Order: sequence, then structure tokens, then C-alpha cells
Amino acid sequence: MTDNVLSDLPPAVATTSSPAAHLKRPLRRKGVIIAHEKSWKRSSIWTLQVAIFIALIGGWELATRLGLIDPFFWSSPSRIYHAFIIVIGEGTLFQDTWFTFKATIIGFLLGSAIGAVIGLSLWWSINAAAVVQPYIVVFNAVPKIALGPLIILIFGIGISSKIALAVAFTAVITALAAYAGVRAVDDDLVKLTLSLGGRRRDVFLKIVVPSAMPWITSSLHINIGLALAGAIAGEFISSQYGLGKIIMYAGSTYDMALIWVGIIILALLAIVLYGAVNWLEHKFTRGQNVKTI
Amino acid sequence: MPRSTLAEPAPPNAEPSALRPKLRLDGLTHEFRTGGAPPVKAIEGITLDVAPGSFVSLIGQSGCGKSTLFNIMAGLLQPSAGRVILDGEDITGRAGLVSYMLQKDLLLPWRTILDNVIFGLEIQGVDRREARAVAEPLMDRYGLGRFKTHYPASLSGGMRQRAALLRTLLCNNDVILLDEPFAALDAQTRFRMQEWLLTLWKDFGRTVLFVTHDVDEAIFLSDEICVLSPRPGRIADRFDVPLPRPRGRNVVTAPEFIRAKERCLDLLFSGGQPADSEAA
Repeated sequence: MTDNVLSDLPPAVATTSSPAAHLKRPLRRKGVIIAHEKSWKRSSIWTLQVAIFIALIGGWELATRLGLIDPFFWSSPSRIYHAFIIVIGEGTLFQDTWFTFKATIIGFLLGSAIGAVIGLSLWWSINAAAVVQPYIVVFNAVPKIALGPLIILIFGIGISSKIALAVAFTAVITALAAYAGVRAVDDDLVKLTLSLGGRRRDVFLKIVVPSAMPWITSSLHINIGLALAGAIAGEFISSQYGLGKIIMYAGSTYDMALIWVGIIILALLAIVLYGAVNWLEHKFTRGQNVKTI
Repeated sequence: MPRSTLAEPAPPNAEPSALRPKLRLDGLTHEFRTGGAPPVKAIEGITLDVAPGSFVSLIGQSGCGKSTLFNIMAGLLQPSAGRVILDGEDITGRAGLVSYMLQKDLLLPWRTILDNVIFGLEIQGVDRREARAVAEPLMDRYGLGRFKTHYPASLSGGMRQRAALLRTLLCNNDVILLDEPFAALDAQTRFRMQEWLLTLWKDFGRTVLFVTHDVDEAIFLSDEICVLSPRPGRIADRFDVPLPRPRGRNVVTAPEFIRAKERCLDLLFSGGQPADSEAA
């Protein structure tokens, strides 16, 4: 007998002839009180976020000043700030950021579009889809970064190799998402369109593509990060421009502060791109309830 | 025993169009074959004439092949045997000539209500702007005016079903098939929807085939009732509803209503075989 047990149940009210009369009933428990977390005010959440940020930066700076961590390896906020001022003065930072941005955006758009076309077109034939599927799965499983040297050799050290890598990183993701969306299309909607006299083209354009749209746009969130990773990976391997090149160069000269400058600009770039994708998603999936990650 | 008044017409093309049935089902039989299992007969020998502009309900237990029958009529399924004849023309296996509305409203979530209502017209090749011009006054008239620019997710079940029904009616088809359109609605909404449907039926002058589990609903709405027997689906009984229109809600207490209801319930709960005759 546990302390969770409050009391014995009152005897069941049933006639002796009832088949339920002889059932042994379990002891009644206390019942569970459901805990609710109250949501905080937006302003307090925001304040806390800023406080954590200041604490991290301040703690970092303080720890290097007190000699708790070695600034040679860890750098420090003040050193990063100075490095930033110097790089701005050199005037190449904007060019490098623009190079990475361009490679990322073009690779993202191209890769997502190619992926969407592949994934959606698999709707047209279940047999073609069955044939192609293992290839897609294998290509998805291969770490695309391994293709890097090959792509640099084929496309050269200019921007096209960075774009190609970003495409390789992103296309499969959207292809798989679009294909999943295609398979999730409500058969009754297809039936409705056919019963109205629609042809396969109507079903594809008016039902399949719009139903798969939330699947495709949700893959874009992942793709924007992957396209950036693809472009940077290309720049790591071999490049004359780009944030990846800056980081690589800084690493080879033990310039930790410059590495951090590259990372911070990358983070800002990622935030801008992510915001743009969110905006696009809301534009393209009106009426369909989509939860953004 | 399909009743005889309409059951033995001359060859379709010889008839004057006023007497000719709008829709004729001629010995429809369908078997489902799955792998090595013995074929399952869903419907067998369904023969039915539907007069132009009439409202015919089909009732029956689950498993009486109503969905199969509707899929065949809508041209989505090729029957194992038999024909579907519309205005004297064989339309078996051809889709787009008979409108079909399912229990689910099947509104497209990415389209506004207005653009959902014109979906059928659009599929039939009508220009979008033209279709909107047709649909807008009708939406105003039939109580959907406020929701034109809304998305389906923000509408109640009843309103969504109205939009779906208007979409079905807007297609230029004379015959519409309604497969339990109100089954998912609550009792009060359903009652309002039934009256609304009768208004539209009168205004549009379409021929309606209506499937329902609800005997009261069938009698309230219909000119004629067909009771289907289960496994395989056959027409077990068929009779007119001798109640004048327009029918008020109090029609449910009329003796004719009670008699019709008793007749339906007897058939439904005696395994689908009418006591005094064999199934057609």
C-alpha cells in the first residue's frame, strides 16, 4: 500500500446479478496535480538575454585580464574589437563578406530550386520515383564536403566552385522534403480535382505543388545554414576571397582575434539570411499552418 | 424491386427529353480484386433511373458499397460491369461530368474561400477573373459573403461545408453527388444546412443524389429514397416520399413521414432484405 492511496473505494453499487459485481476495483489514488509554467513577460526574457550576453563577454574579457585563460589561444573581446577596426580600415572586409554572401545566396536558390524540381517531379511516376530513390538516399548520406576538392578542380578557385558546393549541400535536402510533401498529398484532394474533370497537369499544379510548399519551405531553413557551410567549405579549400578565406588565413597566422571577427560576421550574415527565409516562408504558405523552428 | 414507373423506358434516344431520366444506372456491378484473395463484390446489379431535377437519397449500412457506387458515377472508377448513362449518353469511366462532394469539405487550405468556391469552374477552364465575378454575388446571396477573403482554417465546419457545396453547385454539371455532406456537423448546424441545401437545390434546379446514414435526413430532403442492402450492395427497396414541399420542420410528425421512416428502419435492421420482396 503506497501513500499515494487516499482511500478505499466505496463498494460498487451493483446488483449481485450484474456481471460487474464481482470485479475487484483498484484502490483510488490521490490524483495528479498538473504543473503549469507561467510565461514571463517579453521584456523580462529580453532583459535576461542581454544580461547573459554581457556576462559572457564581460567574463571572457575579465578572465583574460586576470590571466585565468590564455589570450593567445582564446583572444579577448577587446582584441577582437581592435582586429575588427584594423580589418575595416584595410577595406577588404566588405568585399569578402559580399563574396561569401553572393556564393551562399546563389547556391541556396539554385540548390533549393533544383531539389524542389527533382522532388516534385517524382510525383509524375511512381516507377521513376522507385528507380531514383536509392540514388537520392545515397547522395544524401555522402558527406558533401568530401566532394570539395573535386569540385574545386572542376569549377576552379573562383565563385562557381563555392556555388557548386552550396548546391551540393542543399539540393538533396529540398529534394527529399519535396518528395515527402508529394507523398503526403491528400488523396481526396486529388480525387476531388479529378472528379471535377481535372487532368494530371491540373492536379500537379493546383494540388501537389501547393500542398508540398510547406515541406519545401521548411527545408529552406536548414538549407540557408547548409548553403553558408558549403560556401565557407569551398573557401577553406581554396579561394582568393570570402569570409572562409579570412578565417583560414587568420588560423595559419595564429591571429585568433581575426578568426573571431570572421565568425562574428558569419553569424550576423546567418541571422540576416535566416530572417529573409522566414519572411519568404510566410509569403508562400499563406493559409497553411506552419510552425517555424 | 425497383419501382416500375420509371424502370422500363424505351431506348434512351427515342424518348422526349422531358421523360428521359437525367441519369440512368444500368446494372452496375463492381468487384475488388486484391492479389490472390477471392474478389470482393462491393455492388451488384444496381439499376436506377433518376428523373431530372429530383432529389434522391441512398441509405444503407456501412459496407453497402455507397462510396464505390459514387466513385463509379463520378467516373473515378471503372465498374466491372454495367453503364452510367447521362442524358442518354454513356459516360461510364469518364470524370468531370457529374459533380461529387465528399463528407470532408476538402477546401484547399492555401486558397481563400472565394478562390475555393471557383475551383471547380477553374478546373473546367473558366478564367479566374470571370469565375470570381460569377461566384461573388452567389456567395453574398448564400451567406458566405463575409468570408470571401478568409482562409478555410478560420471558418466553422458549417461554413466550410457551405463553401464546398457552393463549389460543387457552381460547376456546370446537372447532376451532383453528395456523400454524407453533413455527417461531421453538430445537430443544429446540420438542420440549418439541410434547409440551406434545399434552397440551393430549388434555385439551381440540379439533380441530386444524396448518401446518408440518417433516415430522418433522407426523408426530410428527398423526393425518393433507395435503401441499399449490404455486401454486396443491392437496391433493396425504393419508394417516393409523399410529402409536399416546402417542408417545415414539423413534417417529422406527419403520418407519411413516420410510415416512410418505419419502412426504412425495417429494411435497415432486418439485414437489408425487405420482408415482402427479393432484392433487385
